[in-house]
Amino acid sequence: MLKKLRKFFVMLRECVTMSLENIWGNKVRSFLTVLGILIGVTAVIALITTVNGVSGSLTSSFSSMGAGTLTVSVTGSDLKTGLNTDDLNELTGLDLVAGLTPTVSSRVRVSRGGSYESGMTVSGKNAYYFRTNPDVVTRGRALNVIDESNMSFVCLIGPELVETFFYGVDPVGESLYISGIPFTVVGLFSDENTESITSMFSGSPDILVPYTTALKLNNDNLVTSFTVYLADGADSELASDQIEAAMDVMFSYEEDCFTITTMSSVEDTMEEMLGMMTALLAGIASIALVVGGIGIMNMMLTSVTERTTEIGLKKALGAIPWQIQVQFLIESFLLSIIGGIAGVALGLLLSIILTNVMGTEFVVSVGAIALGVGFSAAVGIIFGWAPARKASKLNPIDALRSV
Amino acid sequence: MSEVFFNMEGINKFYQMGDERMHILKDIHLRMDKGEYLSVLGPSGSGKSTLMNIIGCLDTPTSGSYVLNGNLIEDMTEAELAQIRNREIGFIFQNSQLLPRLNALRNVEMPLIYAGIPPKERRRRAMEMLERVGLSDRMYHFPNQLSGGQQQRVAIARALVGNPNLLLADEPTGALDQKTGRQVMQLFQELSDEGRTIIMITHDMHIASYARRVVHIIDGELTEGGEASHA
Repeated sequence: MLKKLRKFFVMLRECVTMSLENIWGNKVRSFLTVLGILIGVTAVIALITTVNGVSGSLTSSFSSMGAGTLTVSVTGSDLKTGLNTDDLNELTGLDLVAGLTPTVSSRVRVSRGGSYESGMTVSGKNAYYFRTNPDVVTRGRALNVIDESNMSFVCLIGPELVETFFYGVDPVGESLYISGIPFTVVGLFSDENTESITSMFSGSPDILVPYTTALKLNNDNLVTSFTVYLADGADSELASDQIEAAMDVMFSYEEDCFTITTMSSVEDTMEEMLGMMTALLAGIASIALVVGGIGIMNMMLTSVTERTTEIGLKKALGAIPWQIQVQFLIESFLLSIIGGIAGVALGLLLSIILTNVMGTEFVVSVGAIALGVGFSAAVGIIFGWAPARKASKLNPIDALRSV
Repeated sequence: MSEVFFNMEGINKFYQMGDERMHILKDIHLRMDKGEYLSVLGPSGSGKSTLMNIIGCLDTPTSGSYVLNGNLIEDMTEAELAQIRNREIGFIFQNSQLLPRLNALRNVEMPLIYAGIPPKERRRRAMEMLERVGLSDRMYHFPNQLSGGQQQRVAIARALVGNPNLLLADEPTGALDQKTGRQVMQLFQELSDEGRTIIMITHDMHIASYARRVVHIIDGELTEGGEASHA
């Protein structure tokens, strides 16, 4: 048994040496054959690594902006279509909640002097929003609790409106008309410094007003959407439960009146989407691997035909059929895995470049490397099988006569 | 006086060629003792290659019994035949059949690979054999850097390296000029004097006459030619 095993390894070692010599002896042909595998693996590695990078930076920016917040959107019941100020105050008072900012927005027409601009987005904010995002206000003052309770006609305007209506004029203290109502500009804002999920999904607003004022502009007095900031260290699930309990009371336990979205659920959806995308792209790339495998099979078949004499001679000298088969299998395996390893190297290089260009994080995915190498090895064995079998079946007499 | 090396009894071989069934070997009886030097003489198409293939265990007879060194050949699987070839027989082919990508040394090592001999031992024995055939200064040459005679000597070294009981040569001088052919025959003579069993297949009466015993094969029928007179 031991002797047989030793014999096997002696032969195996020789097969590897001879295969490498054969591959090296036909450099150009080997390179062309391997090209398919190389491209396939490169594509798989580059895609997976790049998508992983994108997903990584998306997730990290998501969790940084969404850390400690929940969004609640209210569909309401027939009796109660939204939350009033008292309700909001009650939610703010919950011990896992630090504060909340209602989201009230509408499209309006803004005018000043003779010129106007329609389709401008007005967003209602409360004082808490400005406390948590102090960088929003670039000039003038923020909106405060007094503005809120008085439903004052004051506003902050964004860079676009400054350019449209106040070219060369300091806008602070000036007035403009929003839906025909005169507002006083008390400050300027820019949301460049604060990423918020709302702005990410709905675009940034042009004008900020007290949320109560925004409700009045909408002829409404109920808030249907708001962001909850959690108290330091509060668990989002627990907080979500607490808010849910409080809101159930507000809506008299009617069902389906509101939904609470935690950031982690958004992240989950996001990751799921990216995962699907990765799988799809990898699937497309693996077609290249299959095509590469066919290339290898073709080359191996040619090689078997070319080396008929060699096969016949080896058989005459005492090679058993399966030894011939192993030799050809090893050759196609090595050919394929060399392509695979080169593809991994090239793919990683490509993803370093891509992630640099896109400014995302470069993460070496061990899974992707294993997939690339494993897949190419499998391709080598699967597509080398038939040619190797053919070689092992050659009749030594016919093979030797072919000279 | 001597031990029987192989014995063929009533060997027949048929080949199917299209719808024609050809009777290549007809009731062959051949017995050979250890240490004999035999040549099989016959024109092309006489069935001598088929006979050689059967002697060399590359082919099996359609009917008849063949016992080689105590092994009943017709009962063997392909893998067993391969091992018999590896252990018992050293082949020498007409055009030496060296692998062009391997140097002389590695060509000679080839049968030892399939015998499972480790590399160092392989190298040592191959070197020894190349020295034996007078090519100690050509070990690292590739076949295309060697003359026809040298190539054939490498092939002989390869046939000898596994220390087989039988040296089976098919037209060993077929591709050589007369002078080198004579040198190769001289080497065969020496090997025979060392006590090796040799069978040489040839169509050349002159070459055949180097052997101590000649059998003729014509049209698939074997006739004993008696002791050769060349020496």
